[in-house]
Amino acid sequence: MNFKSWRDLPEGGIIKNVPTSIYFKTGDWKSKQPKFIKEKCTNCLLCWLYCPDCVIEVKDGKIYEFHFDFCKGCGICSEVCPAGAIKMEDLR
Amino acid sequence: MRIKNFIKHALTGNEAAAYAMKQINPDVVAAYPITPATEIVQIFSKYVADGEVDTEFVPVESEHSAMSVCIGASAAGARVMTATASQGLALMHEMLYIASGLRLPIVMVVGNRALSAPINIHGDHSDTMGSRDSGWIQFYCENANEVYHTTIMAVKIAERANLPCMVCMDGFIITHGMEVVETLSDEDVREFLGKREPLYNLLDVKNPITVGPLDLFDFYFEHKRSQAEAMLKSKRVIAEVVRDYNTRFGTDFPDFVEEYETKDADFLIISMSSAAGTIKEAIDIKREEGIKVGLLRVKTFRPFPYEILREKIKGFKAIGIMDRAESFSTMGGPLSIEIKASLYPLEKRPSAIDFIFGLGGREFTLEDAFKVIEITKKLYEGEKLPEFMYIGLKGE
Repeated sequence: MNFKSWRDLPEGGIIKNVPTSIYFKTGDWKSKQPKFIKEKCTNCLLCWLYCPDCVIEVKDGKIYEFHFDFCKGCGICSEVCPAGAIKMEDLR
Repeated sequence: MRIKNFIKHALTGNEAAAYAMKQINPDVVAAYPITPATEIVQIFSKYVADGEVDTEFVPVESEHSAMSVCIGASAAGARVMTATASQGLALMHEMLYIASGLRLPIVMVVGNRALSAPINIHGDHSDTMGSRDSGWIQFYCENANEVYHTTIMAVKIAERANLPCMVCMDGFIITHGMEVVETLSDEDVREFLGKREPLYNLLDVKNPITVGPLDLFDFYFEHKRSQAEAMLKSKRVIAEVVRDYNTRFGTDFPDFVEEYETKDADFLIISMSSAAGTIKEAIDIKREEGIKVGLLRVKTFRPFPYEILREKIKGFKAIGIMDRAESFSTMGGPLSIEIKASLYPLEKRPSAIDFIFGLGGREFTLEDAFKVIEITKKLYEGEKLPEFMYIGLKGE
């Protein structure tokens, strides 16, 4: 959003080019990150259900991808995984 | 006044406002009762119950919630109205700024009432003067008839300016005083107002938007500048809508300032709301005694018509300004302060005196109006007087 003047702003302070949340990387300050071990995963999807930031993407009923840009490293996914398929790793 | 196809009713200000709301048939009304404006939505809720309007009526648990519902509904493109007074308006205060900042044309009828403490239910302007800087357009009506017509005009003005609008009337004096009100036909009102064309629509899922996001030092300033521009542009909207209304229906309502006997006047009284009626009567009597006094009645307080007032006051030697609110600035009431500021660029400014009167519904009598005229006449004759004084105060 590069508005040069107050005259260019949409009236009422609205934002038209939504969604803007994808431009705002909320997970850049984490100290830990989950490591997904695909072989152990049973696709029970508990991690997907519990992740507070919707980081885990599911395709065709299976875990597809972790979007780490938005992961805050809380470790809930690892905690709820009954198959031990998610390990938390330290980030430097 | 010659309204085409008009119907004459005997109505109180509250009934007139409710009747206007019935004919406007807004999409959403959310309100909470408070004296002296309770009747407006009470009568309106009867219209809803009787199926005379299509309105979604939301009885809420507080005025804060009432304005919040109005904001949500208006952001979703609905035509929205409500009514309140005094403490209710004060409780809404936070949401008033959100309604105007989001540029939502909500129309609210206010029965002007004093603010606590001490608790009082009667009429003065301390409530709406408290929200004069909230970015709402404010009209102050002289009588029930003007309330009815201004409420209808306010809907069109608000929707064209994309700004919220208050229609103010003095508590009890107008809200509960019965007068002859000449109303339009339902068809005329519907045709005059047309459909609302919103700036944006929260429920348009094909074109999603974010409403009310965080806006810090990067763009908040620009948004406020843009809002100030909207208020500036609303002056043209007000002038056009009032002119259109007067032409269509044969009425003669003022857009910003009404003049009464000013043509050959030696000095002026400047007032708002119902007190103007008393002053007009006093002027008629005083003129028979040979005192040439005129009245300017400020109908639109926000946006403040400073250019018009400057032009109309220019050349006069003395003015007396009437304030039905105390600003506690120690330099007089809000109307006098803004009028004096409007006159500042003039090379020859008139002598001015402010009269604070009628607080908490203290009656403003014909004798009081004579006193106002007599004192302003002394100012005209060159007598040195204080910058402001109180009228009708015990011990004064």
